[in-house]
Amino acid sequence: MKIKFHHILLALLIATTGCKKDNYDAPSLKLTGKLVYKGEAIGVEYNQVPYELYQPGFGKTGPISQTFDQNGAYSSLLFKGNYKFTIPPNQGPFLWKEVAPGKRDTVAIALTGDQTMDVEVTPFYMIRNANLTAASSKVNATFNIDKIITDTNAKDIERVSLYINKTQFVSGGDNIAATDLAGSAITSLSNITMSVNIPGISPSQNYVFARVGIKIAGVEDMIFSPLVKLTY
Amino acid sequence: MKKISLISMFAILLVAGSCKKDSAFLDVPPKQVLPTELAFTDPALVLSILGDLYNRQRDFSSLDGHPLKEYPLAPTDDIVPGWITFADFSESFPSENGSSYIVQRTGWGYDEWYIWDYGYIRDLNLFIQRATAATKLSDGDKTRFIAEARFLRANYYFEMVKRMGGVPLITDPLAYDYSGNVTPLQKPRAKESELYDFVISEAEAVKDQLPNDVNEKSRATKGAALAMEARAALYAGSIAKYGSNTPQVSLPGGEVGIASSLANGYYTKALAAAQAIINGSAGSYQLYKVLPDLADNFAAVFLDKSSVNQEAIFVEDFKVNSGKVHPFTTNNQPFSISDEGLDAGRLNPSLNLVEAFEKLDNTYAPLATKDASGNPIYYTDQLDIFAGRDARLAGTILLPNGSFKGKRTDVWAGYQLADGSILTSGDAGQLKPLPGTTTPVQVTGKDGVINGQEFRTQTGFYIRKYLDPAVGSGRRGRGSDVAFIRYRYAEVLLNAAEAAFELGQVPVAAGYLNQVRSRAGLTTALSPIDVTFDRIVHERRVELAFEGHIFYDMKRWRLATAVWDGVPMSVIDLVSNIGKANKRSTQPYGLWPYKYYNPGNPNNGKWLFKEVLPSPVTGANRFQLGNYYSQIGNDVLSANPKIVKQPNQ
Repeated sequence: MKIKFHHILLALLIATTGCKKDNYDAPSLKLTGKLVYKGEAIGVEYNQVPYELYQPGFGKTGPISQTFDQNGAYSSLLFKGNYKFTIPPNQGPFLWKEVAPGKRDTVAIALTGDQTMDVEVTPFYMIRNANLTAASSKVNATFNIDKIITDTNAKDIERVSLYINKTQFVSGGDNIAATDLAGSAITSLSNITMSVNIPGISPSQNYVFARVGIKIAGVEDMIFSPLVKLTY
Repeated sequence: MKKISLISMFAILLVAGSCKKDSAFLDVPPKQVLPTELAFTDPALVLSILGDLYNRQRDFSSLDGHPLKEYPLAPTDDIVPGWITFADFSESFPSENGSSYIVQRTGWGYDEWYIWDYGYIRDLNLFIQRATAATKLSDGDKTRFIAEARFLRANYYFEMVKRMGGVPLITDPLAYDYSGNVTPLQKPRAKESELYDFVISEAEAVKDQLPNDVNEKSRATKGAALAMEARAALYAGSIAKYGSNTPQVSLPGGEVGIASSLANGYYTKALAAAQAIINGSAGSYQLYKVLPDLADNFAAVFLDKSSVNQEAIFVEDFKVNSGKVHPFTTNNQPFSISDEGLDAGRLNPSLNLVEAFEKLDNTYAPLATKDASGNPIYYTDQLDIFAGRDARLAGTILLPNGSFKGKRTDVWAGYQLADGSILTSGDAGQLKPLPGTTTPVQVTGKDGVINGQEFRTQTGFYIRKYLDPAVGSGRRGRGSDVAFIRYRYAEVLLNAAEAAFELGQVPVAAGYLNQVRSRAGLTTALSPIDVTFDRIVHERRVELAFEGHIFYDMKRWRLATAVWDGVPMSVIDLVSNIGKANKRSTQPYGLWPYKYYNPGNPNNGKWLFKEVLPSPVTGANRFQLGNYYSQIGNDVLSANPKIVKQPNQ
């Protein structure tokens, strides 16, 4: 049989009508925000502090788990619907409300379009007025520490650390140099000064990223001051 | 006519013959499947069922690997190769580029090490139920089979509680009644202490029903039950005692965490069970002391499967040509001595571990690479730098220029030239002329060390423990049949020492420690005053290296968060505080030998060593509080609302 034009047409027709999307659209609504205390952003370590979103009503329950960025920001792409936002226990350098011991409070979110929701938490401490400067291959930091939680939940400072790194990810695990100041050595919470030497960087660059973090006794995650890029 | 009657008779026969009751027609006894009643009539058949249950035991480290589930990032399809199960925690470096994630990640997922095999528990429960109901087995067989299954069940619950904390304790095969209501099948988690109590009480219950036979190693014996009991009680005791250091790692219902008031009770049980083995009530177990060379002797503990070896108590056995073999030797043999070309050299012990082996005068010291003024020290033989140390060092680790299968390894990173520069190449086969000469020569070792060159050592060391010296053991087709020792006498002694130490019986602890140490050539006995918690931690690390202990030990002492704290290490960190229990060990270092080239200099041709972080190591291990107990899967949590989540997750 000779292949005729209408045969090809028929084959094409069958092929194209068979092509139908059998899948849902990818989630497209953006939920964004950041960790704040009275409007002030809270810095944490990149990829270490998790949050969970639950969407009830679909049989099996399971969280959508993600982590905060180091400036405390988060973002999730979601479907339209009702969600509950929570932070798992003993995570983050802050307290999250509990409705009963061990029962974490949740924030209800009705997502109909892109939405921004800042997450208000109560940190144990805040670093205030952090002033980081670079001079003669040194990074100097001056800052105040504000003790936010002073009731029975209060915790001591284990140490304060000044970290620098050649990339913008700066934390205990990601740094090229650090200095520690033990909590017991801190006599006054205002005008604390620290400095760290900038080691040789290869390939050389004339800037570093720096921030100060507080390790709170008995709390795994550190709280950080805003990141600064220092050129020298 | 005759013909017709013949045909009709045939037809009648045919019709009558096919007349069978429908029910009988459908009721054909299966030819491939043995029905339960039949299977439990013959001890040989029951043993084959039990053999499957033995094979499904889980260990943390295993010579023939694991199903993939526990290692979400592993590169293989369905089985994690055995060597990877030994390759973490900065005790070693993985010299296989596909496995570099082990040293590039900055921590472990909360779901790592998760096991939840209730299918196995159910099969064990069914076995116990059916064996109990069997009528045609002799009483002796029946008792032993049931005791073995109870031992395996307790051992598996022990493995689960180590990883998951308290889990639902199911001791009957649950049956579903098809009513649509599954609530009766949903069991909550038992307390962590209840799991340990179960393991201890089961061991006590079955120990006298199991054979009292030193030469029975791959089936459960009285020795195995007591060894399991001692280890479980010790773990429970230390979780009770040291759990107070991490109050966040506990749940209000006790599913995770044990009250500190229970610590002494558990330590007492651990000591009693260990002493029952030590005083010979389970058979004449003893330390293996056969070969005159102490390092060879220590290596032979894991190789000798004859009745001379009375140290191994319970093993996972293998047998060449039987189908149950493992590729541990194939994967980890030195490159130049490999039976299988490129298949070699994956598991490289780290310098962190090597430095931990003490000197023969019971003191700790880093390997001397530099003198007081910072100049390199030159050695005539590569092995000289390791001289005068614990014999377990050379027994556990194949050192540079060490001997395997009658050949010596060729491990060096290049020539150190007089002007301070280094002459090296990308491969041992790539020859280069030395300065002032024109003849190209080999400038690196055939067995390494070159950064990023897989299947050759990148730390300077190969593994020796379990490495099979038998001819052909490194071939893929043949494999190796070295057994994996789950419980051995030296560990029982260390368990007894730790329990005695925690109970304040320090002289007793010193006595047990000294037995283990003198076998390793440390003949200066420790006096009770020398026995500290750090000593106990140290002794377990070096004696039980690569036996699947370090992870559980660091967890139960709650040291994991201190030792693997996510802070990258410096060489100063590496060589200081050796022997301290909470010494940081987040990145596997290497010790690279260089040949000194300076004709006319007295040190020409001698060796110097440098501490080097292999370049693939970019991460630093960080163990978080949420890693102490592995995350329970969302499928389990949503199927059973009575299961509470782990703390910190």
